[in-house]
Amino acid sequence: MTSDIAAFLTIDGIATGAIYVLIALGIVLIFTVTRVIFVPFGDIAAFTALSLAALEMKQLPGTVGLVAVLAVLATLVETASLLRTGKARQVPRALLFYLVLPMIPVALVWIAAGGDIPLPLRIILALALILPIAPLLDRLVFRPIADGTVLLLLTVSVALHFALVGLGLLFFGPEGVRTEALTDAVWIVGGIPIAGQSILIVVAAIVFSGLLFAFFGFTLAGKSLHATAVNRTGARLMGIRPERTGTIAYLLGSLLAGVSGILIAPVNTMFYDSGFLLGLKAFVGAIIGGLVSFPVTAIGSLCVGILESFAAFQSSAFKEVIVFSILIPVLLWRSYTSAHREEDIDE
Amino acid sequence: MPLLAFDKVGVSYGKAEAVRGVSLAVETGQIVTVIGPNGAGKTSLLTAAIGLLPSSGRITFAGENVTRLETERRVEMGLSLVPEQRELFTDMSVYDNLLLGAFVRRGDKAGIRRDMGEIFDRFPRLAERRRQLAGTLSGGERQMLALGRALMTKPKLLMLDEPSLGLAPLIIREIFVIIASLRELGVSILLVEQNAKAALETADFGHVMETGEINHSGPAGELINDPRLISTYLGGNEGE
Ligand SMILES: Nc1ncnc2c1ncn2[C@@H]1O[C@H](COP(=O)(O)OP(=O)(O)OP(=O)(O)O)[C@@H](O)[C@H]1O
Ligand SMILES: [Mg+2]
Repeated sequence: MTSDIAAFLTIDGIATGAIYVLIALGIVLIFTVTRVIFVPFGDIAAFTALSLAALEMKQLPGTVGLVAVLAVLATLVETASLLRTGKARQVPRALLFYLVLPMIPVALVWIAAGGDIPLPLRIILALALILPIAPLLDRLVFRPIADGTVLLLLTVSVALHFALVGLGLLFFGPEGVRTEALTDAVWIVGGIPIAGQSILIVVAAIVFSGLLFAFFGFTLAGKSLHATAVNRTGARLMGIRPERTGTIAYLLGSLLAGVSGILIAPVNTMFYDSGFLLGLKAFVGAIIGGLVSFPVTAIGSLCVGILESFAAFQSSAFKEVIVFSILIPVLLWRSYTSAHREEDIDE
Repeated sequence: MPLLAFDKVGVSYGKAEAVRGVSLAVETGQIVTVIGPNGAGKTSLLTAAIGLLPSSGRITFAGENVTRLETERRVEMGLSLVPEQRELFTDMSVYDNLLLGAFVRRGDKAGIRRDMGEIFDRFPRLAERRRQLAGTLSGGERQMLALGRALMTKPKLLMLDEPSLGLAPLIIREIFVIIASLRELGVSILLVEQNAKAALETADFGHVMETGEINHSGPAGELINDPRLISTYLGGNEGE
């Protein structure tokens, strides 16, 4: 392998890794705030790509049906639980948050789909459409078991991922899609070609990580999320509702996953089940960060991307095998060094 | 009508009853103390009052039955608890801890800034350490931060669970001076303490709790001279 090829593979790997960074940050965010390891963020990324592709082909994205079904179910569950606990006064509020708000992007896409929508608007619509999925799933699936152990939450999360893959097949069909490139630019730097798309991916990862950092550091909403993660009881004593901070965390995580889906769709062909490998590799990055550290998670995810890029060069058929077998010792080491910390969280 | 009233309140952990049929009230502007030995059920009573534990019986606050309300709603109504474990946001700064105390009135920027200034005047040690992480504070500073953070919620009634726990005598005196001074702010206080002498010297009214029930009640000035209490609680415990 020449140094040119190594440089090329590294750059390619960083771009791939940046995609995982976005998803992994969402996984860590959700875990610290709710203790749920939200495996389906990979699926959210894939569904965003599929929605964008459908809009591009002037079709109605399957996400429309998915969100509508989830919104109706969540509204029914929430209303029933409010009525059962004698909080009928809060029903209009529940209707607003669980039915009206999620249905706004659904309605917009319903009206706009089939027409000629400019690319930036298509991206915004696709993102708006997937944002409600995770918060609705949270209401339906995780809130009833919010006090369960981390292991129970993880088991349910994995089951939810498989359910989503099934729903993905139902709503999107089995065809793979690839969306229009966001940019065709290619730069030659020191004899190595660098695709504009790769730069776009890395820049987006930096910008969104920066926004997340600013959100935590400078806004009261961000600090209330951090506070819930540090000490749930302390947060509740300040009037901070963990369910609401959880919803904010799910929205943010979905936005990050959605952006990664938009960025990867022009480079990789996406299927209804492409979320699995995306989510798994991001998950590895999150584990390297001990599920608590955002910076280490970002570095870990980048390493996974670079490793994958070199593995693909050696043997594209075995690239996943190579990636995961090299990662096993790293993961063992991480779980060994962070074992006591996880017990703290589990308590 | 009392600001906070417990009416035959019971708290259980599974089959074990930690609190049985407790009735007591705190009038507006009063400092009421509940003293008693380890395991008497004092912490359980306060935890139920804030809604972190379910309870039987009836708890009313500011004229409303709050027995079934969630904790966050009670905090919004002006009930606040400084818990025995303090529950600070350890990896956040002193300033951020106080700021989060004002979460329930987050729209009121000017009010928050003013109250933050007042807290820093009241606790100069916190002012010096506003950028320091809460987890690195000393025991006394932590207790002051917990108190300051609870005050930032602008409570009508503040419940304190053993504010003197684990502190040196000099700091204990400082903390009790501060508690007494809160009366001027118009904050009513329900104070749970092992340090019976200091608590009764600060409070208007006292209750003695043993194995989940209240055995004696009376004006603090009378309890402090009650021979039965002197032998069990006030004897060896000088508190300073
Ligand atoms: N989570 C729990 N599960 C089971 N029993 C508990 C639990 N918490 C407290 N108890 C029991 O309830 C009783 C009352 O405990 P509580 O903490 O309310 O007492 P306390 O008066 O605050 O004591 P101390 O002065 O030591 O803080 C004790 O017997 C205790 O063992
Ligand atoms: Mg106690």
